[in-house]
Parts: sequence; C-alpha cells; structure tokens
Amino acid sequence: MNPASDAGIFTERLLNEGGAQATDLLQYLCSIQQHYSCIPPQAVETLARVLALTPSVVLGVIEFYSFLHRTPRGQFDILVSDSITDQMLGSRDLLQRLCDRLGVCVSQPGSDGRATVATTSCTGMCDQGPALLINGQVVTRVDNERLDRIVALVQAGSPLEDWPQDWFSVSDNVYRRDQLLDEHSANGDSLRVLLDRGAADLLQELDDSGLRGRGGAGFSTALKWKLCRDASADERYVVCNADEGEPGTFKDRVLLQSWADTVFEGMTLCAGIIGARRGFLYLRGEYRYLLDSLHTALENRRASGLLGSAILGEPGFDFDIDIHLGAGAYICGEESALIESLEGKRGIPRIRPPFPVTSGYRNRPTVVNNVETFMAAVRIAEHGSAWFRSKGTAQSPGTKLLSISGDCRDRGVYEYPLGVSIEEVLSDCGADDVQAVQVAGAAGRTLPPAEFGRTLAFEDVATGGSFMVFDHTRDVLDVVQNFTRFFAHESCGFCTPCRVGGSLLRDLVDKLHDGHGSEYDIREMRDIAGLMQAASHCGLGHTAPAPVLDLLDHFPDVWRQRLAAGGFEPSFDIDAALSEAKQLTGRDHSGGRMGGDV
Amino acid sequence: MNTRKTFRMDGRTIPFEDGQSIIDAALAAGEYIPHLCHNPEFTPHGSCRVCTVDVDGRMVSACTQPAAEGQQVVNNSDPVNHYRRRLLQMLFVEGNHVCPGCEKSGACQLQAVAYYTGMLAPHFTHFFPRREVDASHPDTVIDFNRCILCELCVRASRDVDGKNVFSISGRGIQSRLIINSNTGRLGDSDYDRADKAASVCPVGAILPKHQGYEVPIGERLYDQRPISVVGDVAQAKQGDNGDG
Ligand SMILES: Cc1cc2nc3c(=O)[nH]c(=O)nc-3n(C[C@H](O)[C@H](O)[C@H](O)COP(=O)(O)O)c2cc1C
Ligand code: SF4
Ligand code: SF4
Repeated sequence: MNPASDAGIFTERLLNEGGAQATDLLQYLCSIQQHYSCIPPQAVETLARVLALTPSVVLGVIEFYSFLHRTPRGQFDILVSDSITDQMLGSRDLLQRLCDRLGVCVSQPGSDGRATVATTSCTGMCDQGPALLINGQVVTRVDNERLDRIVALVQAGSPLEDWPQDWFSVSDNVYRRDQLLDEHSANGDSLRVLLDRGAADLLQELDDSGLRGRGGAGFSTALKWKLCRDASADERYVVCNADEGEPGTFKDRVLLQSWADTVFEGMTLCAGIIGARRGFLYLRGEYRYLLDSLHTALENRRASGLLGSAILGEPGFDFDIDIHLGAGAYICGEESALIESLEGKRGIPRIRPPFPVTSGYRNRPTVVNNVETFMAAVRIAEHGSAWFRSKGTAQSPGTKLLSISGDCRDRGVYEYPLGVSIEEVLSDCGADDVQAVQVAGAAGRTLPPAEFGRTLAFEDVATGGSFMVFDHTRDVLDVVQNFTRFFAHESCGFCTPCRVGGSLLRDLVDKLHDGHGSEYDIREMRDIAGLMQAASHCGLGHTAPAPVLDLLDHFPDVWRQRLAAGGFEPSFDIDAALSEAKQLTGRDHSGGRMGGDV
Repeated sequence: MNTRKTFRMDGRTIPFEDGQSIIDAALAAGEYIPHLCHNPEFTPHGSCRVCTVDVDGRMVSACTQPAAEGQQVVNNSDPVNHYRRRLLQMLFVEGNHVCPGCEKSGACQLQAVAYYTGMLAPHFTHFFPRREVDASHPDTVIDFNRCILCELCVRASRDVDGKNVFSISGRGIQSRLIINSNTGRLGDSDYDRADKAASVCPVGAILPKHQGYEVPIGERLYDQRPISVVGDVAQAKQGDNGDG
C-alpha cells in the first residue's frame, strides 16, 4: 500500500485530470478510498483547497457514506452482506469464520494492516449469496471451502487480479421473460421513432401506455417527463436511479449487466423528449464491478452515433451520459437525496416541493427514473401503447421484473404481467411450506399465507420488485429484527422521528426478540411507529416501521409467544450496564451479578 | 374588501402571502406553533419536526409547508400534541440534558417547548451518549451533550457570517456537529463571539463564558411567561435572554 504521505499529490493529480468541480467530490473520494483504503488527511486538505470547500464539509461527506473511511482498512477490505437472505444462507457463520481465521474483530482493522472484516447492507446478490465485497469487487456463492481459500490468499497478500476469476462472476439467473426481456438490447430504433414522430407525439404514446414508475412509487412516467419538459430552464437533466438499495432487489443489476444498451437508450429517449443534454447513471457502489462494461457500452453508443452530439445525424440532438458511483447509503435511492449525492454532498433528502421535475440537479428540472422504467419506455416507443397494455391490468399496464430470493428452488429474476397473484409466483419459483413473503423489500409488506391470493399491482400490493420467501423453518422475528436494524443503520439522521425513533424501535425489537418484551413494549412500538409514519421528513422514515407493524398485525402468534410474563419489563439491562466495568477490570463472573456470586 | 389570501387554523383565519410557510404566517398573525429548528431569519430546515401540524388530514411540518388558500390547519389537538411531546422526549433522551445543572436552564427553548406541550418526563430509555465539551475558545464553550442538531449555528455561520465554522458529520444516530478548524476545536476556528452563530442556539450547547448565573433562576427568559408569549431565544433581546 502506498504511504499516505503522497495522498496530497495523488489527489492533486486526480483533480488535474479534468476541470475540478465540487459536484464531483464524492467521485474523487471513491477513487481515493479505492487507492488508499481510506481518505488520508492530506487528501481532505487538497480536496478542500482545490474545490473551495471547508475541510469539515469534506469530512461530513466522508462520514456519511459507509464505504468511505478516515482510517485505513488495510490491503483487503472485506464486507459480508448482512441481507436477511444472505443470513439465511449462512453469512453470519462465514463472518465469524473469517474473523477467526484472520484474527480480527468485526469492523476493526487488523493491526498488521492486512485486512478489515465488516458487514454491509444487502449487496444485491441475494440470488447467488452469500456474497462478499472485497475491495469493492463482488464474490458470490461463498461457502466454507471458498472462504478458507480466500483467507489463504489474503494472508499471502495476493492481489485480487491473481485470484480465481470465476469467483467474481455474477450470473443473471433470469427465469421468466416477457415484454422487456424477450428482446435483446436496443440499437437506436426507439430514437428513430422519436425523430420520425416528434417529441409531443411520442410523449402522448407514453401517456396512452399508462406506464408508471418501476422504482416503487408508481408515478406516471409521461406526466413526469411532461412536467420537466414544460418547466422553463436553461438546462435539464436525466438521471437513471440505479441505487437499487432495497433489500432483496437485484433486477436492475441484471438489466445493467445484460440490457445496458436499452437502459441508456431509454435515457436518451427521455433526453430527446424533455430537451436534456446531460444525463447521469447513479450506480450504487456495490455494483462497481459493472463499471467497465457500462463504460464500454457508452463508448460503443458514441461510436454508433447513438450518444454524443447530433445523435443519428440530427442537428441539435446532443446528449451524453456520465456514471456516478454511490458509496454505501440506501437513502441515496430516494430521488432528492440521490440528487444531493450527485452534487457531491451528503445524501440528505431535500424539502419538497419543489420536486426534482422543476428543481433537481443544480436546481434545474430533472427527471429521475428507475432503470426498468427507462427500459419500458424504449419498448413502448418501439411497439406502441396498445402492445404494452396487452399485458397487466387497467391501472397497472405492462410487466414487472421481480427479484426472487429466500426459501425457494429457483432464485433469480422473473418478468410477470402486473396483476399476477403471489400464489402463482410462489408456485413458479418452487416455494413450499411458506410462512411469509416480503414484497417490495424491507420498506414493503410482510404477508402471511392468508394474503397470498392478492396480486402484485399498484392497486393491490405495489412493489419495486423485491420478493423474499420465508418458509416455516424461519423465525419471522429474525426477519423483522434484520429490517429494523437496517433502517436504523441507513437513516440519514436528518429528522428526529427517524433518527431517534428508528433507534428506539430497533432496541424494542431486540428486546422482544430476546424474550424480554412485554405488552407495554408492544404499545410503545406502535406509538413510535405511528410517529415515524406521520412526522418523518422522507419516505425512509415513513416506511421504516412497516415490518414491525406487519409483525404485530399479521403474526400475533409469533410475538405473543415471545412476550415475557407480566405487563412490564425494565429496559435497563444490568449485564449491559456492567459490561464496560467488567471489561476494564477483566472480571467476568459468568452469570454473576450484584448479590449473586460476586 | 379584504382580498388577502387566508387559511384556517384552529378556528382562526390566518392571512398569508404567496410563498410564506404555514409557521411564518401563523407567527406573524400572533399564533404560536411550537418549533425548535425554525427561525424566520434563515432558510427553512424541517429537521426537528416539532412544528408538525395536521393540514387537511395529513401531518406536515409547518416550517416547510407552503401556506395555501383554504387550508384547514390543526395546531392544537390531542394527536398533534402527543406527537410533539414524543419528539421532544426523543431529543431529550438522545443527548444528555441535565437541566438543573445547565447554565441555560430557564432560558432554553427545548425546555420551554417541553413545558408548553406538557411534557413531564423523558419517557424513553436514555441513550447516554458519550460526547465532549469544547472549552478551547476564550469566549465561548460548546457542550455537544446538549446539541439537538437543529443546524441553526450551521446556517448562521454559513449564510450570515460567511464563515462555515459549523457543519454536520456522521449519519443516522451517529450524526454530530463538527467544527471547521485544523484541530476540530472551536478555539482554532474563525469563530468570534460577535458572530450571528453565537446567538442562535436554542439550547445550552453554545454558551458564553465568564458569566455564570448572572440572571438568577426564577427571573430567566421563560421563568415567568410561556414560550408562546415570549418567543424564541434567538429573537429575545440581549439581557432578556437569561445569561446569553
Ligand atoms: C428510502 C428510499 C429509497 C429508494 N430507493 C430507490 C432505488 O434504489 N431505486 C429506485 O429506482 N427508486 C428508489 N426510490 C424511489 C425514488 O425516490 C423515486 O421515486 C424513483 O427513482 C422514481 O423513479 P420511477 O418513477 O421510475 O419509479 C427510493 C425511495 C426512498 C424513499
Ligand atoms: S425520515 Fe430518516 S432518512 Fe428521511 S430525512 Fe428523516 S432521518 Fe433522514
Ligand atoms: S449547537 Fe445549538 S444551534 Fe448548533 S446545531 Fe446544536 S443545538 Fe443547533
């Protein structure tokens, strides 16, 4: 590893590569982290000086993102996915084994500078977990044997390039194809339709199709594009939301791996319609492994006249796309936090209104859409709205990609017409003895078998695509605990109900999980949940209590049998309170408390 | 004839101007909506959520919600007051607020809003975080234990003083106020006691040195009259303001 002393020079060189802009701060930080396994003080100083920011603002950005660090992680920074489905595949045992073999504690860099082992939120590999991120690269399907070989390579200091390359391969695992996945990547046909028919006409077609956003909220795509097109401004922007942070979602990963051209074409189509000249793909840091292939796809499109200036030879049709990396922050999937992050800042959701369509990136009108939405728009331009409406329901036309993981035979991506029932999906993916299904991720719904007749559609159970299956060998409380901890960890910390309430809720779920919960705590959970839903600043806080409420409403047997006797149990835990003193004095009377065998 | 636009709040008609938030319109009309991170002199923030009101059946923060013709606003109801008490309790347990030992007691907005909303006890389990006191500056002491992350000092230093002395770092429950200097200490920063940032803190986190208990307990800002009548710490006249 390079000594930190040249970090100032390295940073200076990085900044010299192009006109250095404060909006690229996060991108510079990602590169520096990748190089030094931390952001050395000299780099902070240089960044602040050149970008005209204060060092404390730079520190504030570093400490916001999970993948950025102020102290070195060592030659190997190993993150074990803590997604519930990875846990079900044994990730917790792997974490322990890894720490034991490498002689390190979780999250604490080893003293020899070799490695740090820590957990990370869902890596988007639930169909091929358990997964690790090593220096940002994904290793899938880890078992004890593979883990021990990894340990040997780490101990030998062998660079990643020399590791077996098949460990890093990520498969698509597509099990069902329909309107979107039936065809191969786009080659400009939809853009020719645009030039042929004109923007207004194509926007009408999109409106007729009834396409609604595939990221989860289901806002009309045509209306979003129209609002942006109609907003008066000197610049407009197109942003593709590839943050895909919702636990259990990985369908955007598959699209970016095998249909990237169609996604980029959808962004170009949008640009042509709204009049944007610049676009961004905001790619979650976990998908860094896709960077090379995505850059190649962009290059090829430029070479084929499908990107750049005068697209398809049309004067004035100028548009190009940059890729921006995230750095481990689920909140940056929320569109206004994403825009803050694109601007190189902490991912704090903005006050809305104004909405991004009128004031987004650099306060200019900006369309933010999910990866799949852009893809659907291309297909609609190519085949028309009637074709699109031939699938799905009246209120939810078209198809939807599902990411299916958990207890089933075939984990992977499935494309279904909207309106499909949960039962049908379960039967197709080979799931039996199902206790619960988590639809739409941690922020979605936990549904018991009584609800499996319901359909996946905006008018019934809406979903961004996550579909996790839990059979009867699972403890629903493990699931709820995992999700509640996830939200507490991912809260941006801006507003009181989510920042403090999320932590209080996590502690109460832990208490219930450990058999110390009481009826009083159940009432407390409902109270805090209600406050978070009503008073939070953004969607994260609004949806964070959903798993707890679904547990209380739909799985009464699960929590009732965990209640401690009596209506009240103190939150005060004497063992926890004494733990520090015990550690300091080196006295640990196992089972002993004050008045016991002390 | 009066053609001004109005909305209704708890049975009263409140006039407003285009672009005005619900809270600013209400305060201008002499109607108090409890709040901590809001200060009409600065850009709206919306982080404490204490000004949560019910607007046409939906809970929103009055400081970020634009006033609109014909809105029905509920500022005083059992659910709204319950939410506010819980939010205040969350702020109390998140930090270390030992009121009897705090120089700001009696002139503290957090304490005064808590009294106003009828909060009697912290209710939740205390976090007891370990935070520091920064006494490095000759004129001012910062006790991070009491910081409620309202970012008023951040906004004042950035937007009025043009100094960017304060900013926020960390994420989630680890969020914290940091100071821009090579040591991270106030004494090594550009801060000056005459800065706007010196007088906006609603709690006892940013305090002047060398003037302990000049105004006796019982005669402080909120000791005689409630905050709904007295108003914010930051607006109170110098000298009125307890010791600040
Ligand atoms: C906490 C949070 C996380 C989100 N994460 C994502 C995400 O990873 N991908 C996504 O497309 N939308 C995400 N969204 C929704 C976006 O805010 C936005 O609605 C969406 O990108 C709009 O695109 P669409 O209309 O095509 O769905 C998230 C929202 C919230 C509140
Ligand atoms: S709800 Fe949570 S994530 Fe959203 S702004 Fe508030 S603290 Fe941040
Ligand atoms: S120090 Fe005071 S003004 Fe600054 S953020 Fe904390 S509570 Fe607000």
